Amino acid sequence: MGLFQKHQALERHSLLLTVGILVVVAIGGLVEIAPLFYLENTIEKVQGMRPYTPLELAGRNIYIREGCYTCHSQMVRPLRDEVERYGHYSLAAESMYDHPFQWGSKRTGPDLARVGRKYSNEWHLDHMTNPRSVVPESIMPPYAFLSDNTLHFDDIADHLKTLRFEGVPYTDDMIENAKTDLIAQVDPDADYDSQDALVARYEEASGRKGTITIGDFDSDRTRITEMDAVIAYLQMTGTLVDFSTYEADDLSNRR
Amino acid sequence: MAGSIAGVATLVGIACLGSLLIAANAIDPMMEAHAWIFFFLTAFALLSIGIWAGGLTGRNPFDESFYEDTIVKFGVAAAMFWGIAGFLVGVIIALQLTWPNIFYFPDLGWTNFGRLRPLHTSAVIFAFGGNVLIATSFYVVQRTSRTRIAGGLWPWFVFWGYNLFIVIAGTGYLMGVTQSKEYAEPEWYADLWLTIVWVAYLLVFLGTLWKRKEPHIYVANWFYLSFIVTIAMLHIVNNLSIPVNLSGSKSYQLFSGVQDALTQWWYGHNAVGFFLTTGFLAIMYYFIPKRAQRPVYSYRLSIVHFWSLIFIYIWAGPHHLHYTALPQWAQTLGMTFSIMLWMPSWGGMINGVMTLSGAWDKLRTDPVVRMMVVSLAFYGMSTFEGPLMSVRAVNALSHYTEWGIAHVHSGSLGWVGFISFGALYCLTQWLWKRPALYSKSLVEWHFWLATIGIVFYIVALYFAGIIEGLMWRAYNEYGFLEYSFIETVDAKHINYMIRTVGGGLYLTGALIMAYNLVRTALGHGEAADVAVTEPNRTPALQPAE
Repeated sequence: MGLFQKHQALERHSLLLTVGILVVVAIGGLVEIAPLFYLENTIEKVQGMRPYTPLELAGRNIYIREGCYTCHSQMVRPLRDEVERYGHYSLAAESMYDHPFQWGSKRTGPDLARVGRKYSNEWHLDHMTNPRSVVPESIMPPYAFLSDNTLHFDDIADHLKTLRFEGVPYTDDMIENAKTDLIAQVDPDADYDSQDALVARYEEASGRKGTITIGDFDSDRTRITEMDAVIAYLQMTGTLVDFSTYEADDLSNRR
Repeated sequence: MAGSIAGVATLVGIACLGSLLIAANAIDPMMEAHAWIFFFLTAFALLSIGIWAGGLTGRNPFDESFYEDTIVKFGVAAAMFWGIAGFLVGVIIALQLTWPNIFYFPDLGWTNFGRLRPLHTSAVIFAFGGNVLIATSFYVVQRTSRTRIAGGLWPWFVFWGYNLFIVIAGTGYLMGVTQSKEYAEPEWYADLWLTIVWVAYLLVFLGTLWKRKEPHIYVANWFYLSFIVTIAMLHIVNNLSIPVNLSGSKSYQLFSGVQDALTQWWYGHNAVGFFLTTGFLAIMYYFIPKRAQRPVYSYRLSIVHFWSLIFIYIWAGPHHLHYTALPQWAQTLGMTFSIMLWMPSWGGMINGVMTLSGAWDKLRTDPVVRMMVVSLAFYGMSTFEGPLMSVRAVNALSHYTEWGIAHVHSGSLGWVGFISFGALYCLTQWLWKRPALYSKSLVEWHFWLATIGIVFYIVALYFAGIIEGLMWRAYNEYGFLEYSFIETVDAKHINYMIRTVGGGLYLTGALIMAYNLVRTALGHGEAADVAVTEPNRTPALQPAE
């Protein structure tokens, strides 16, 4: 009974009770979350990761805006069927520049962590315009309006700056040229120099060739739409890491 | 007490001017819309405060010899309104998944599932649940402290400020303003506003405890306090983000990838733990004893229940990230604590159910008591199921499937919904000082429609979840995956139909309840009688000794 008697102190002093609560509820989070910021083996060492290009970033923001995460995960689990269905299981490194993460919690639609380059741009365009035109049983909403919406990217450099402040390794060069990079990636008529410069900048960050896709993603050469950006983003998901050099069984990658 | 009026007016005035400034400089249409909404509503609030304060002519509006009940009445009305709105959006998105050709509108992108789903979850959790919690906490802390709520006008700031947050959040989802963190979707400016409101809430609550006329703080108030304190901690840490532009709606989360994921699910799971559990356990600890006229079953069990629950709950978040890129040590910790969580959860359930000792007949005679006890049964079910699902091997099957949706609806419709309905029935009868509810048989109708609705809902989705989980991992005789993804979607169609019916029944029950509450407040039917003495002016129960 002694202990229960002592509890009376908490029942009679609201501040003591408040502090007691705060201490008790703080412990779990501190023990579980804080180490993730300093334990070096939390994130694997991989080849190929780079920050999003401005166009991909804009597309990712539309993906977030439309709530795609409510039905699509981006996290392939290391289970036999998932690896066969979607590809190599997801690594922590693959989302290290994701502010916020998009792992999701529900698969009303399939996982999208590795949807990049699995389908053509035209398929994505048709699918998002009317999902049931290519997958009759689909229950996905139509996103035709993305083709009507002109992409707003006047302040895209500010987005890169904000992300750099949070630790994404955007260079001065990338920030300075954010707008021209965005245009260069989507406009097939953009001059070759700016396209080369975009590829050079981001491939250098990636340390790997072939991680940038340039193209007119929405089959509308006249303007840059939100559809362009979303498809550009989808086409690069899960394509950055070079799995031929990734040693899953290496001790430093076993967590 | 004029101080609180001046204080609230100053804060609202600053918010009003600030939003005008942002409205004038907004760099995107969403921010512009929100700044104007904010400006007009705060300007309207200022005007109302001015007119109201001007009409006081020396009368003290915060007379210490009375409880502040009007605000609780507003809370009851707001909860009922948002509840029906939230359930309705739920039924709409259930219809969308069932008949996409009929319920999607290509020209109205803002009605797509991706935007309505956060509207549904936030409306039911934060708008309905939040208003229930604010209303009941204001009611309970006054009664159990035997004093008027502290802070003069500040409780009203909490109530209206919180509902303003709901409006900003909800309109934001429709316009596509979201930071995509589940149950924490509102953007940075809404988060900042909620932080201010929440600090005021904490101070009003603590202030009331400070001037209590009871030596002990009643157990329900421990739970309310832990809900307020912990939600503050979770909200602030999970919403750390940097806006791209102070006049724009978009921000980027401070943390990324795996750290962001665990922070999110530490938040997400404890939104369940401290918003949808401890807050509503507080309701259990006050309303069940009160309605059943029996003391809480065990004082010692409440102490053990309280501390073990809040300590263990906070660890359980990683079970949302099994088999992901989260390091396995964290997953294992999360799983271990999730299993341990079963015990305090059931301890609380037992404490609530056993409170009916000696009054079991009320299960038969009082449908409101029955509703609250059935809520505990659902609480027991889902807090058994939760630890089960947190086991990695089970989670491999259940995660990402409809099983998760069934689980949360068993908890939210059954536990949170029913205990809230019970509290709202009690509050309406007590606050409007009616001898009974307008119609007991309508409560019976509500109870049975909602119960059958939940059963339809969860059974359909348990089947759907297990079916799709097994289909995803099925191999054929040649060692290839047996089903394409779309076949697993197609397989759930009938389940989706049954789920929609279940949700519709639940919504119907809530509509019946709203009708019953309005008629009760108006004093019709069985509620018609001379106003009786408020049953709880002289507490039948002593606070925990």
